Amino acid sequence: MSACRPTIHMTVNGEMRAVDAPPMKRLLDVLREDLHLTGTKEGCGEGECGSCSVRMNGELVNSCLIPVLQAERADIQTVEGLALNGKLHPLQEAFLQCGGAQCGICTPGMLMAAAQLIERNPHPGMAEIREGLAGNLCRCTGFMRIFESVIAGAAEASERAVEHAHDAR
Amino acid sequence: MSTTATTRIVGASVPRKEGVDKLIGRALYVDDMEREGMWFGATVRSTIPRGIIRSIQFDPRIDWSQFAIAAAADVPGKNHIQLIVADQPCLADGQVNHCDEAILLLAHPDRHKLREAVNAVRIEYDPLPAVLTIEESEKQDVIVLGEDNVIKSFLLEKGDVDSAWANAAHIVEGEYRTGAQEHLYIENNGMIAEWNGEGGITVWGSLQCPFYVHKTLRAVFDLPDDKVRVIQTETGGAFGGKEDFPSNLAAHAGLLAMKSGHVVKMVYDRMEDLAATTKRHPSRVRHRTALDRDGKLLAMEIDLATDGGAYSTLSSTVLSRATLHAAGPYVCPNIRIRSRAWATNNVPYGAFRGFGAPQAIFATERHMDEIAAAIGIDPVGLRRRNFLHDGEQNATEQVMREPVILDQLLDRALAESDYHGKRARFASENQVSPVRRGLGLAAFYHGSGFTGSGELYLNSLAGVDVTADSTVRVLVSNTEFGQGTNTILTQIAAEALGIDYEDVTMAPADTGVIPNSGPTVASRTSMVVGRLIERASLQLLEMLRSHAGLGVHYTSEDFFVACERYRAAHGEVRSLCHYEAPPGIFWDDTTYHGEAYPAYAWAIYVAQVAVDTVTYSAEVEEFWAVQEVGRVLHPVMAKGQIEGGVAQGIGYALYEKVILQNGHMANNQMTNYIMPTAEDVPPIHVHFEELPFRFGGFGAKGIGELPHDGPAPAILNAIRDATGVGFNRIPLLPEDIFAKLTARQPVEEPAVL
Repeated sequence: MSACRPTIHMTVNGEMRAVDAPPMKRLLDVLREDLHLTGTKEGCGEGECGSCSVRMNGELVNSCLIPVLQAERADIQTVEGLALNGKLHPLQEAFLQCGGAQCGICTPGMLMAAAQLIERNPHPGMAEIREGLAGNLCRCTGFMRIFESVIAGAAEASERAVEHAHDAR
Repeated sequence: MSTTATTRIVGASVPRKEGVDKLIGRALYVDDMEREGMWFGATVRSTIPRGIIRSIQFDPRIDWSQFAIAAAADVPGKNHIQLIVADQPCLADGQVNHCDEAILLLAHPDRHKLREAVNAVRIEYDPLPAVLTIEESEKQDVIVLGEDNVIKSFLLEKGDVDSAWANAAHIVEGEYRTGAQEHLYIENNGMIAEWNGEGGITVWGSLQCPFYVHKTLRAVFDLPDDKVRVIQTETGGAFGGKEDFPSNLAAHAGLLAMKSGHVVKMVYDRMEDLAATTKRHPSRVRHRTALDRDGKLLAMEIDLATDGGAYSTLSSTVLSRATLHAAGPYVCPNIRIRSRAWATNNVPYGAFRGFGAPQAIFATERHMDEIAAAIGIDPVGLRRRNFLHDGEQNATEQVMREPVILDQLLDRALAESDYHGKRARFASENQVSPVRRGLGLAAFYHGSGFTGSGELYLNSLAGVDVTADSTVRVLVSNTEFGQGTNTILTQIAAEALGIDYEDVTMAPADTGVIPNSGPTVASRTSMVVGRLIERASLQLLEMLRSHAGLGVHYTSEDFFVACERYRAAHGEVRSLCHYEAPPGIFWDDTTYHGEAYPAYAWAIYVAQVAVDTVTYSAEVEEFWAVQEVGRVLHPVMAKGQIEGGVAQGIGYALYEKVILQNGHMANNQMTNYIMPTAEDVPPIHVHFEELPFRFGGFGAKGIGELPHDGPAPAILNAIRDATGVGFNRIPLLPEDIFAKLTARQPVEEPAVL
């Protein structure tokens, strides 16, 4: 059995994790079933809807398309890793204030896509937001509240970064 | 009585009640739940649209002793999923009537073993002739349901249509069609069931209507009320798609739990959900309209047909709403609407946001633009000339007793969109540009709540209680699936009770805890149930004032001290109210006359569209949604409802095509069933005019379904404006635009007689 169920090592939300899983098991299932991180959702199972989006080594990926073998030694961030020390991430705060989450099923993936976007581009314009979220489907909001949330979240994240820089001095 | 007095919490955009849980990944959807020793279930489905099941064979290469298997013969009670009529089996018994119909259920402790097992069950059929379109069904050569394939028909008559034609200056005819539409909630259907032997059954699942599922389980398992418990889990979108189907899935999971002796989870993958669950009814609507020389409506004759699919499910009530919305928000002295829902061997169609109204309104509002073109009036003027006003009567001869502000909504929509200025500009730019732009509008109303006497039959019961740890709980069977039930109802309770929003929570959506306040459908939650919560809260205050010394002025703390005093004397602190109809409601179900709905929400939507004459693609560039929905209880959520509905309506018009092959959805993947993405949705400008409705929760009327009614006709009217060609069928894809714009002879032009 050990030959077909190798131990995979990953960093998940900053913690080292070791998982015994078949190498072709989807990263999505490893997160949900083996690590009980059910914040990451399955919507379509074929990389179309983005509900299962997580960040892997700084890239946004559909975890339903990643065999866990490919995640060996990877650094994974899921929605459970966004809030720090019980304080909501600026994007989470903004989604709450601006109505960016309705039924909530696309929200974890949407947040990861938005986090990826504003980390790469702290002040995204509307076209960049639309492009950055194009792989994440939301059926409830019509996206307008999400766009507002991302704009507000990006602004708050920049402010927090400035405060952090001040504090560091 | 609701007033327009200043409120603290109602009208404020407080944080969504369950928002933080959803944002940190802690909210538990059904697939997130695990139980010790849980098994997993799967479904063996029919592969033909109609036939007799000759044999069922199990491939001997599978060790079937490891599986639990359930068939029709295992159903302990009635083998029916009954929403209205008992014609849909829980599991096919001897005959299948549509593709993807459930025949057998399998359960196994390892969910990864199920797919192979499903494929290893071989079913042989003696095929029967199938009926797959409205036209085939109405020929009645092959009868697939009842005596005549008619699931339901209505005839609504007002005035004397037949004698109106002779005096008409203009008669305009048209035929309009809409396709099926998939809800595409991002969370697929799912259910967990536990069979407790003598103790009965408990299910947890993604669903809209706990008591619909409760009723089904009582019948399928032949159990008394108190042996069935239904608990809603966090639900990842529904849009009507989790109104009826969860009853089927709960019964299936329950049968497997009973057979296996284990808790069983059934969660569909996307392909199964798309192929096997309900969609919006396809429709065909024919209009024949008489007008006088000035463009005043003289007569409307409307023939409306829907494809109901293989079983009746909710088709009769969907048809009812379509019928009641078919004449639009206009005054017309002579109206005849004949409507029929036809049975076919397609997967049963079901509830979807708007519930028949989007189909009817697409036809009416497209037809208005065809009339305008045919008789040479501009579309705005034609509508304005015929709008309903206060005191006038609609098709059911319901007198509009509340203020009607359609003209005001229209003025605002025209101003916000710069309708006239842009139309003039586009008309000249289109002469030289390969991209042709146009503006189109739709005027419509949507009835809030159940039709006619429906709310009286429902007799909803709802209220509030106060727990020993000083929390007020809202007691309703109305569920949250993204639209904001939790937030709106707790806002209303907190406002009416004069305490903080944080002091109020929702009781769990568990039939063992909550009263039956009716289903979460028909844009009724804010208006009807909200009003019940407002009344129950005021009643609780009265109880506390009379029996527990609560003063006129009090703090949150005073309130809860009074609650404890009341509890000490009476054992519990609980206030429930039954539905009371607004006064003067009269409805005749046989003639379809009277007060069809207690209130209407009104809207004018405007779409700006660009049609590329090189690629033949049509793109919505900007959208304006102006409406009156009574009092807006939560501005941010209300906007979100409208924007989401508009986006779904854009998909309905231009993207979302259900391709049926022999009754099976061939494009049952998100890869090839296309919904609008973040890059497709245009800026959507939402404006409310607020007119509090006296009998709604803090003045609210229904909002949820309204925004799906208007986008499709507004968009296709804009395409007509841009190209000069009327398209009468949705979804309208680039290939459809290509076919018509490049055809030598224009087809489907309005016939002016």
